[in-house]
Parts: sequence; C-alpha cells; structure tokens
Amino acid sequence: MRGNNASRAGWLRLATTAAAGIIVATACGNTSSAAGPSLAQPPTAGTKPQTSIGQGEGQLNLVLWDGYADKSWADPFTAATGCKLNLHPAGSSDEMVSLMKDGGGGQWDMVSASGDADLRLIYGGDVKPMNTDLIPDWNNFQTYFKAPPYNTINGVHYGISLQWGPNTLLYSTKKYPTAPSSWSVIYDPTNKGLVTVPDNPIQIADAAVYLSKTQPSLGIKDPYELNQKQFDAAVALLKQQQPLIKKYWGLATDEISLFQNGDVVVGASWPYQTIQLKSAGAAVDETIPQEGATGWADTWMLATKAPHPNCAYLWVKWVSTSKVQAEQALSFGETPVNSKACADMETLQAGSCAQYHADQTSAGYFDTIKFWKTPLAQCGDGNNNCVPYADWVAAWTTIKG
Amino acid sequence: MALGAARRPRPTKGGASGLQAFLWRLPWLRPLLLLTPPLGWFVFIYLASLVLLLITAFWTIDPFTTQIVQSWNLDNFRIIFTDSTYWSIIGRTVLIATAVTVTDAVLAFPFAYFMARVASRRVQTLLFAAVLLPLWASYLARVYAWILILNHSGLLNWSLQLIGLPPANIGYTNVAMWIVFSYIWLPFMIIPTYAALERVPESLLEAAADLGAKRWRAVRDVVLPLVLPGVVAGSIFTFSLTLGDYITPILVGGASSSFIGNVVYANIGIANNVPFAAALALVPVAIMAVYLFIAGRLGAFEAL
Repeated sequence: MRGNNASRAGWLRLATTAAAGIIVATACGNTSSAAGPSLAQPPTAGTKPQTSIGQGEGQLNLVLWDGYADKSWADPFTAATGCKLNLHPAGSSDEMVSLMKDGGGGQWDMVSASGDADLRLIYGGDVKPMNTDLIPDWNNFQTYFKAPPYNTINGVHYGISLQWGPNTLLYSTKKYPTAPSSWSVIYDPTNKGLVTVPDNPIQIADAAVYLSKTQPSLGIKDPYELNQKQFDAAVALLKQQQPLIKKYWGLATDEISLFQNGDVVVGASWPYQTIQLKSAGAAVDETIPQEGATGWADTWMLATKAPHPNCAYLWVKWVSTSKVQAEQALSFGETPVNSKACADMETLQAGSCAQYHADQTSAGYFDTIKFWKTPLAQCGDGNNNCVPYADWVAAWTTIKG
Repeated sequence: MALGAARRPRPTKGGASGLQAFLWRLPWLRPLLLLTPPLGWFVFIYLASLVLLLITAFWTIDPFTTQIVQSWNLDNFRIIFTDSTYWSIIGRTVLIATAVTVTDAVLAFPFAYFMARVASRRVQTLLFAAVLLPLWASYLARVYAWILILNHSGLLNWSLQLIGLPPANIGYTNVAMWIVFSYIWLPFMIIPTYAALERVPESLLEAAADLGAKRWRAVRDVVLPLVLPGVVAGSIFTFSLTLGDYITPILVGGASSSFIGNVVYANIGIANNVPFAAALALVPVAIMAVYLFIAGRLGAFEAL
C-alpha cells in the first residue's frame, strides 16, 4: 500500500518539486502555520480557494488508499449529497503522484496522499489551497494536524489532514512472549533470516531514529535531514542488517503472508498488518519500542483541475466528522486527527481510543513520531549539506545488494 | 452532386481502378506504401526511444534539484562499473538468466523430442495443449502459486515433512527465483525446439541407422547439430525474458535478489534519476547484442 517502492513514477513532477524543495526549509520540527517567509511559494499558492460549498456535481473521482472510502461511510455520503464516488485505489505514493500529474488532468478530484508524496504534489502544482473554514470539524483537529509541515506551506493549507499511524515493530508472540522494548531485535544477528522490513528507501530514517538514541554522539535530530556522516552510519547499520533479512516487503499483504507462514518472526510494519494477522488468528503483536518510531499521515488534497470541487468539499467535510473518522480509524487500523473521534471510537469498540493513541493531545507525543517527509538537500538549519532523496535511493540499492 | 457521380457509368476498359493503374505504372510505389507504416513505427517510435535512452545516459542530475543537467559525461557509467554493488546485481541477473536458459534447454529437449518424434498425433496435440495451458493464466497468478509451494509452511516443506525429511528453506531466495523463472519461460524453449526437431528429415536418421549408428549416436551426431539453432532460438527468449524481468525478483526474491530491472525501476520511479536508470538499462541492451551476435553465428535466426 503506502509508499512501497514498487511504483510508477511522476519523476517529471519530482524535478519541479525538488527544484523548489531546495529552497524549502521543511525542517524546523513542528513549525506550523507560523513557518516564516523562508519557504518557497508553490505554483498554486496564489489560487484563492472557494468560500462556500455549492450544489454537488453528482460525481466525485478519488485517488485513494484501498479502503479509504469503505461502503459503511461512502454509501451514506452518496445518499446524503448525491455525489456518486468513482474510486481509483493506488498501490503506492509514487503511483498517486503519477496519477495526479497535471493537476489531476481534469479527471481526478482528490487524492488521499501520504506525507512522503505531499510536498511533491504541492510543489508540482498538482494540488491547490483549500479553505479550512468550509470544514467545520477542522477546529476539532488535534493542533498538530491543523497545519502540519507536510501539507501547510507559509500558512496556506494544501489539504485537510485525515488519519495517521506509526510504523510499528511487529513480532511473533511465540518467539517474544513479552514485547521487545527496543528496535535492536531487527538488528540482532540471532534473528538471521527471520526479519522483514519495508522495501522502501525511507527505511533509512528508521535506522536513523534507532541511531539517534543508541549513538547520541552522531547528533541525529531529524531522521529525514541527515548529514553525510549520519547518513553513512545509518546505511552501515542497514548493511549489517541485510544478512538477517528474509525479504524486503513491498506490499502489506507480502508481510502478512511472511508472518502467517512463519517465514519471519519480527519486522517493521503498520498497524494494518497487525490487525489483519490478528483477525486471521496469527500469534503476533505490535509495539512502539523505546527509541520511538517513524510514522505516516494522510491528507485529502484537492486537484488543481478538479472537475467536481463542491462534491470534493462535501466529501472532506464528511470524512472529517468524528463519526466517520472513528469508523475509518477502526476499519483501517489508523488514528483519527479529529480529537472528538475518541468518544465515537469507544462507542464502536471499547478501549480503542487509547489503543490507537487517539487520546494523545500533547505536542510532546507527536514529537516521538517522526512523520514521513521527502528528504531534501537543504537541512533545517539552511545549510545544503543534507543527503537528498536520490542518494537515499542509491544507498538503498547498495544496502539490498 | 453525389447522386450525379453515382449515375455516371463506371469505366469498363481494363477493369482496374485509377489507383491500381497508378501503382502498376510505378512499381516501386507498392512496397513503399506497404512498408512505410511499420518502418515508420519502427524508426520513429522504437529506435527513437532507444536513441533518447542512449543520449540521456550521458547526462546527470543535479543532486540538489534532481533536474537533468545536459552536460556530457560518463559519470553514470563510471559508477556502474566501479561500484561493486552494480557489478553483483548485473552478475546475478546474467547468472540466473544463464542458469534458467540451460535448465530450460535440458528440460525442453527430451520433452520436445518425445512430442515431435515419438508421440502419436493425438498425444502430440494433448502435450501441445499442456505446454501452452499455463500461458493462459496470469503471470502473477503463476508466480504466486510458486510462493505457496516454496514458503516456510508451503506444499514443498509439507511434503518433505510427510516423508520425514528436514524442511528446505528455499522460499524467498535466488534458488526460488531460478525455479520460478525456469517454470515460467519453459514453453518458450519447448516450442522452437519442437519446431526444429520436427524439421529433421526421417531419412537422415534412417541413413544413420543404415551406417550402423546406435540411437544415442544418431541423436548426438545427427539430431543435436540440426536442432541446435532451434534451441538457441529458444534460448534468446528465455535469456532475454529473464534478463529484463523485475516482477519475479520482487515477489519470490529474498534479501539480495535485485535484478537490473529492479534498480532501473527504483531509479526512475523513486529517485527521479532517469540518466542513471538509462545508463543501467543499456547494460542488458549490450548483453543482448552480444548474445544475439553469438546466436546468429549459431544459426538461430534460420530456425525462428
């Protein structure tokens, strides 16, 4: 699903993106709307979003992660608004960027993009600013997700946050009766041939998160902004890990079958796989180890050439309500951004709010989750000595060998 | 106007239309008209894209902007030929493609021999259907079927356990890739081999027998040399199809199972490094050029 490297490209897009991206100071931790004037203006920055939602156009064409428009909340939406949904589930972030080329080509209205695709879409001019005033539930969003750095540039919102989830440590409870407390288990030579991690260059960030705690002398602050020395250390760690890997998984279903068939006992995962495996009766569980974790966060973004903008706003309004947020969270295994969704989750499934960390409101908690963003050459401090994404991909090739 | 034209009597003399007469007067025009569409396609679409690929390979991207910098250099090739990672990926791709080709040739020959020279007409048809049947199913479905066989708790280990042998952990390894590739491309080897075997005249075998050659001797000295071009023709398919594949390595490969195709894919799809991908994509082009040259020398093109 999300962001595996089996992807079609959109590289033309990326060219524009990263060109702009060099001037972008993405960093600055959790800077939100007050990011300051140092950020480059995306091509659609001057586009004024609509100020009211008109009559629905009867159709809505969505590029989305599979399961993001489940019948249980999509059918009531169509019944209420008359907007018929046409869905195109994408297999990866890159496929999403590729489909949204040329502002969605006048074909697609919205995309449920993840953080690693957002900047590419924004700086490619494929998506345009959205008016948060038209989404009443936006005011109930957790503060972090009102204007996260991956979808809000210079205070302009290029989309409405949807859901998020951490990248967790998935383990076999037969092998580990108690949850491992550290990511070290996926670097442990005794697990030779029993480990699986995503086949995605962004995995280097996971190694960087681990090193930021185990080798503080490297001074890693942001796992997506690594200088050459920090980057080399992360790559060296992953090269040591390579002989332990049974398979670098591309699709979530690959990892599910690896665990189901007993090919691996521990791996990096999303909550989605854990839920699928548990419901299939597999002896597995997940944890976020003490070093913290990387994470992903999805945003509904409006195509620059969206043919059905009213239905698009109606849809975002719909999926932002606490009830739908809770339904989607439990159906997919992710965490809602609407803080009011906690109560609805409890109604649907007691204990689920805390289980999915939907009750977390402190900014401190969101600092422990390092949300995905595309690495750029410019570091947060303005220097151009960070390792850009192209080098991450090249290094990933040498890691896999 | 149209009605007036319809009422006019058709020209009767010769019976040829204006166009036919025109073509008859200019005999070189007919082949030109016939060949222009396919040749145009070939030159403008196929060759032009290859030339573009070749040109792009000599450019690089700016590391800060990832935009293509159109300055001529050999950096991409220097990286490919100096970094041991790329050597091992190219080596692995060629090695497995070779292993698959040899395996398929060894498996296909007796099968094709039986089909062409031993089996009755009826059995022959049945065998033909059996060879072609897997091609009706999706490539992906067939690869996934092998995952079910080879994985830790799959059919293979289940069978081994049943007869009291230790489990063979070949799921998600290069061995698994070799097996799956050999299975998938086998029909492409059997069919040209069969065609070549069927063309061997019975009289030559009778002559060999008359001269005292035993059956094996006749196969070795008469049949094999005559069939070799067919086998080489088949090997072009198995070798090139394996060389260019990147799906099977993703699905059944293990930790270090990347093929050239996977690295090309990663560089275009994720890194936006098209020049490097182009440079790497020229490696299989070069390998196939050498391979086809050798195959041509062995007479493969007459057998196709």
